[in-house]
Amino acid sequence: MTVTESPAENRTAPAVAPSASFRALSTAMFKGFIRDKATLFFTFLFPLMFLVIFGLIFADAGESKPKIGVVGEGPVITALDRSGVAELERLDSPAEAERQVREGDLPAYVTQNGDTVTLRYAASDQNQAGTVLGLVNGIVSQANVAATGQPPTFTLNAAQVEDESLEAIQYMAPGFLSWAVAIAAVFGAALTFVNWRKKQVLRRLRLAPVRPVTVLTSRVVVSLGVAVLQFGVFLGVALLPMFGLQLTGQWWLAIPLLVLGTLAFFSIGMLVGAFCKTEEAASGVANLITLPMAFLSGAFFPTESMPGWLQDVSWVLPMRHLNEGMLDVMVRGQGVEALLVPALVLIGFTAVVGLVAAKIFRWED
Amino acid sequence: MGIGPALAVSGLYKRYGDLVAVDGVSFEVSEGEFFGILGPNGAGKTTTLEIAEGLREPDAGSVRLLGEAPWPRNLALLPRIGVQLQASAFFERLTAREQLETFGALYGVGSARVGEMLELVGLSDKASTPEAKLSGGQRQRLSIACALVHDPDVVFLDEPTAALDPQARRNLWDVLREVQARGKTIVYTTHYLDEAEVLCDRVAIMDHGRILALDAPARLVRDLDAATRVILERGVLPAEQARVLPGADSVTEDEQSLTISTRTAAPLLSALAERGTLGGLQVRTATLEDVFLDLTGREYRA
Ligand SMILES: Nc1ncnc2c1ncn2[C@@H]1O[C@H](COP(=O)(O)OP(=O)(O)OP(=O)(O)O)[C@@H](O)[C@H]1O
Ligand SMILES: [Mg+2]
Repeated sequence: MTVTESPAENRTAPAVAPSASFRALSTAMFKGFIRDKATLFFTFLFPLMFLVIFGLIFADAGESKPKIGVVGEGPVITALDRSGVAELERLDSPAEAERQVREGDLPAYVTQNGDTVTLRYAASDQNQAGTVLGLVNGIVSQANVAATGQPPTFTLNAAQVEDESLEAIQYMAPGFLSWAVAIAAVFGAALTFVNWRKKQVLRRLRLAPVRPVTVLTSRVVVSLGVAVLQFGVFLGVALLPMFGLQLTGQWWLAIPLLVLGTLAFFSIGMLVGAFCKTEEAASGVANLITLPMAFLSGAFFPTESMPGWLQDVSWVLPMRHLNEGMLDVMVRGQGVEALLVPALVLIGFTAVVGLVAAKIFRWED
Repeated sequence: MGIGPALAVSGLYKRYGDLVAVDGVSFEVSEGEFFGILGPNGAGKTTTLEIAEGLREPDAGSVRLLGEAPWPRNLALLPRIGVQLQASAFFERLTAREQLETFGALYGVGSARVGEMLELVGLSDKASTPEAKLSGGQRQRLSIACALVHDPDVVFLDEPTAALDPQARRNLWDVLREVQARGKTIVYTTHYLDEAEVLCDRVAIMDHGRILALDAPARLVRDLDAATRVILERGVLPAEQARVLPGADSVTEDEQSLTISTRTAAPLLSALAERGTLGGLQVRTATLEDVFLDLTGREYRA
């Protein structure tokens, strides 16, 4: 006789693949993110607004070539034209040119009559006058040397340190992008944790068979996705002809940098979220951290204008390293070696702050 | 399974600062039982329930839930229990359906089940409404659906009927009875004594962190040995005549009514019938409310 044992009831709960929980949670959080207009504004439009405003203000700050009026023709005028250092405006008569200079429409004009080159300038704008005087003087000297048929004894080889086309946008796009990514990560993490604690979502998740690391990584992934979206949107706008961003060589190296930056700032957000009880407090603290940091890290203005000691201090800030790395790979034409220091700093920062945040993490108030 | 009760708590003790929220609570709930915890605000119901679920650590005492300790967080136990918290917990800006899908996915439950659950709690037409735009009662029903979505063996519900209209309350009763009929264990809290009488196999009456009485509702009422009250409209019968009726123990009168207490209702009622004073007559036997009044000396006000 055989005894068939029928299991009374299969009591073992179906094992839930962590990937399924992970997918469900990140989907839920991503939907929550894109349905929140205020967050969308502060993540994309707000930093972009800064970029556009500053971009327009400094639109031609980089190409401030002096304008010079010219009357007549001659080797010096031709050389001046070819040098491209000044913008020439052809005028019909010296009298007309004289009038424009007097009225301040032009800083100076040049006429060539045989071997005599005449430069008349308005002393009212000392700066411009100096520049023009130097320029024309240089051209005349070169023409003189050329006329002797001898090779020049001394040659001056001068070139700008930055990319030839370095304009304000070149500096601002990586800076504002670093800042935008940083605030999105800090606010995203801080507000999510505060809100979940307040609305008891964390307690509810604690009662579901999901591991804390799954919950955490699903939120991190949303922040990473947001950072990549920000990168795309920023480049899309900054590359428009009216802003004229010019990327160099391996600009896409900015993406691994953004990922590490997001992790570092996410960990700051976790820390803020662990401390603060309300969303208002959390966004206040997050602002208090990110805004001064952005100024000190040169995300808005070059750090060169800061006192030396402050520049030194700024290297303890993760945003400084993020910003510097972004500039290196996006507009300074540097390669993967430029990632080393920022990457190490950001990873170390994430590890330390993340650990502290995990230590003081609370499921409920 | 049959090894011991579904839930056994003993000597639970929990204090918050100077306040003792739970003061030596012990009870057992057998498998398939519908167990109710009743008591006024601040009695310690939620605290007791949350300790049983493994959401809080008791200062003293022990909990066995399906034979295991729920604290510290016991991942193996979690798929087998379903919890509706007193304050509903939802993800931000998701629709009713998405909330259920997300919670369901955490338990490996597919989306076919989600539709069933929405149907079950009568929210099918609200499936694509954002949670924040649901009414209080609808949100409550969604929260209950989220607790039941993975078909747990033990269901904890903290005041599930609190915000519901009478119709939704009846519907939920049916849902819960059906859950029980499938062999599941239900532990729930309520302020509605009448509801507990209808639904629960046994109830624990709590006040000030202690269990005052624990039994089947009918037994509690019977043990009370309380008088039956016969209520008449005022003016139908003068009080002095009522006092001399057979079986009348005491008579009280207020603006609207005249109440006769009796332990032998039959002769009293026939005497009233003879006098033709049955119009508008009500008979009230003792309820859990009377049990509560008897136990605490206070009128029950939820
Ligand atoms: N987290 C907490 N911190 C401090 N005190 C608490 C906390 N939770 C509950 N209490 C206190 O413990 C006591 C019991 O609270 P509990 O929530 O268990 O009551 P309850 O019976 O569920 O009441 P209600 O019917 O209002 O839901 C109350 O006096 C409450 O103020
Ligand atoms: Mg409660």
